[in-house]
Amino acid sequence: MNKLVAIAGGSLAIYIVLALMMGVIPGWQLSQTPPGPGVKPLTPLQAEGREVYVANGCSYCHTQQVRPLPQDQVFGRPSAPGDFAYQTPELLGSERTGPDLTDVGVRRGSDVWQYIHLYNPRAVEPASIMPSFPFLFEIVDRAPPGVAPAPIPKAYAPAHGVVIPTRRAQALVAYLLSLKQPPQPAQQTAAGAPSATPTPAAAGTARTPVAGAPLARGKQLFETNCAACHQSNGRGLPGAFPALAGNAVANAADATEHIHIVLFGLQGKTIDGVKYASPMPAWGAQFDDRQIADLINYERSAWGNHGAPVTAAEVAKVRAAGNGK
Amino acid sequence: MSADPAAHGVTPTGAVADSALGRVFAGYTIFATAWLVFATFVGLVVAYKFGAPDFWSSQPWLTFGRLRPIHTNDTFYGFASIALVGLAYYVAARSCRTRLYSTGLAWIGLALFNLAALAGTVALAAGDNAGDLEYREWPWPIRLIFAAGAVVTAINLLATVARRNTHDIYLSNWYTMGGALFVIVIATVGILPWYQYGLGQVAVSGYFMHNSVGMWFTPMTLGIFYYALPKLLSRPIYSYALGVLAFWTNLLFYPIIGAHHFLFSPLPWWLQTTAIVFSVAMLVPVWGGSANFALTARGRLGDVAQSYPLAFIMVGVLGYFVGSTQGTFEAFRSLQAVWHFTNFTVGHSHLTMYGFVTFGIWGGVYALLPLATGKYPSRLGMGAHFWLAVVGSFIYVISLSIGGTVQGLDWVHGKPFIQSVVDMNPYYVWRGVGGILMFLSHLVFAWNVWRMTWGRSAARLPLAPALAEGAAP
Repeated sequence: MNKLVAIAGGSLAIYIVLALMMGVIPGWQLSQTPPGPGVKPLTPLQAEGREVYVANGCSYCHTQQVRPLPQDQVFGRPSAPGDFAYQTPELLGSERTGPDLTDVGVRRGSDVWQYIHLYNPRAVEPASIMPSFPFLFEIVDRAPPGVAPAPIPKAYAPAHGVVIPTRRAQALVAYLLSLKQPPQPAQQTAAGAPSATPTPAAAGTARTPVAGAPLARGKQLFETNCAACHQSNGRGLPGAFPALAGNAVANAADATEHIHIVLFGLQGKTIDGVKYASPMPAWGAQFDDRQIADLINYERSAWGNHGAPVTAAEVAKVRAAGNGK
Repeated sequence: MSADPAAHGVTPTGAVADSALGRVFAGYTIFATAWLVFATFVGLVVAYKFGAPDFWSSQPWLTFGRLRPIHTNDTFYGFASIALVGLAYYVAARSCRTRLYSTGLAWIGLALFNLAALAGTVALAAGDNAGDLEYREWPWPIRLIFAAGAVVTAINLLATVARRNTHDIYLSNWYTMGGALFVIVIATVGILPWYQYGLGQVAVSGYFMHNSVGMWFTPMTLGIFYYALPKLLSRPIYSYALGVLAFWTNLLFYPIIGAHHFLFSPLPWWLQTTAIVFSVAMLVPVWGGSANFALTARGRLGDVAQSYPLAFIMVGVLGYFVGSTQGTFEAFRSLQAVWHFTNFTVGHSHLTMYGFVTFGIWGGVYALLPLATGKYPSRLGMGAHFWLAVVGSFIYVISLSIGGTVQGLDWVHGKPFIQSVVDMNPYYVWRGVGGILMFLSHLVFAWNVWRMTWGRSAARLPLAPALAEGAAP
């Protein structure tokens, strides 16, 4: 009997101590982590969307943690302890079959894009292997007043009727668009993490490693941040996102308007007779003048475009003039 | 409940007949097999969806995000847990030369495990996921049912060992009793909410997902090895002391390394570094244990060709050695920077849970269930199972390991994210090929289990001398 007590009881006692040390006590201490500056709790609709996210297992393919590694810079600044204060259950995830979503509300800030993408991801990203979520939508003959149907491209749209998001889809998209990293002072990664680990540029704004020729850098910026809507071939999605190939602004001799749109965004514009409801996000806060110039020069030279190139100085000038319309 | 030795008959193999024990063992194995077939069918559907993302996407309960946790939880808690508890009961009673303390408790435990797995499957299909937290996705009341099954199991195992007719407690029971006790603690820590907010829950997730594997499935499977291997070889374990050392070092080191699942996360850096250091320390129990098994089979590797049960166990030992050593290397920051979040991890988890635990279970079942029921599977059946499973899992693990590395390097090289998705496609196909072979092997296993229980027994196997009583206590 004594042997049994020693082996079973002894090992259990040791294990309980270790479980407390490595599970419960760190958990208890870290549960007190205060929210970082600018980290806000979710609204009721966003919280409901988070439940849709959990119920459908989105975190099995999407992480919500940005590591202090160069390859993670495209997803935002490194996650800080205070970012997770309102996140229970935690959705850090363990696989990136799809991209990290920590900052997706900035990178894919358009609800129209989110709806099309959820209805069928291949409508906006042909190579995507994300499942489609048709059950988050309803197909009706005519959208009820006040509800905008999702402008699904013809190849993916139902033969009859229009696609409108259900309440669950609206909540989920509200949650996804809420995923924006508040800017944080540097050195706020994991407590004790060596500061030598690469962090985004000191300005806290650079999202993409700067390397290669200007046009290659511009292309990379475009692919990461713009191609989701305007598409890699620059043709956009008819009725949802305007084409940049052959676009009047991108080919104009005076690039001021082009620079202004990229810096400050755009909404409700009619282009070639089509009124675009989805807002174009402002990128001025995300990128410096050099990056904006690279990006714009790529757009003005790719897909047969031949707009005059711009310089970082010109971008700085438009930036300084501000968003006066 | 009676332990009257006079009631024991002796079978031709020399094993003491204990029909109640045999029924418990068979019952656990049958239900485990049913869960294996179901859960791996789900796994196959999930794998198929990588190439056909619109397949079965119109119904929420058939989508990837719902089926994936059903696959993992049912392989963990339906298949592996139930199979290992059935084996542990048999090993406890036989190695202690006594009867199971309570067959009633054993049946209650089986009912609880099955109820939990069934309810958990329904809940996840309905979208009632406790938070996408790996291996604890079931709503907490369902996890409580599983924990109750673990409590019943621990009581029954301890009480069986307490009434042993041997002087010492054979090593196998250290591991299985330990596993049954540890999993109660693991389940409890996973359920209680007070220290699981925000980042605190991340720390608990690291603890939980790691310990549910390494302090439950690992000790249970090692316990089976320590009994079945000497039994099959008719010789004692190479070093009892080394087995004891591995037991205590595993207990001391393993619980500390959970945070290596969250390297580069906002968890405190010291917690991550501690996890890395002890991941290296884990080489002591892993290499010690593996060497012990290998040395037990020294000079007898030729027997592997004669005995499929032995072959299954030796693959399991190899899976333990390679998978766990790989785990140590994955914990290094330099390698984790490339492999973290990639499919390399999925390959690793299958190398360990399949190559080690599942092969160990199969070896244990083929070695011991015939002794309990007096019925044998055919050599052809075991051979088909073995080769389908070995080749299938080899393709599975290799394709995801290469693919995962490609994926990680794509990210390091700053390619557009979608490039890593495109580059994975051929590896997903190969994973599916491996998965099909693995699933087919499970159907063959089910047929073999049928023959060892209700069906018509095959002739006894040629390794008769090695199966004689007296090798292991």
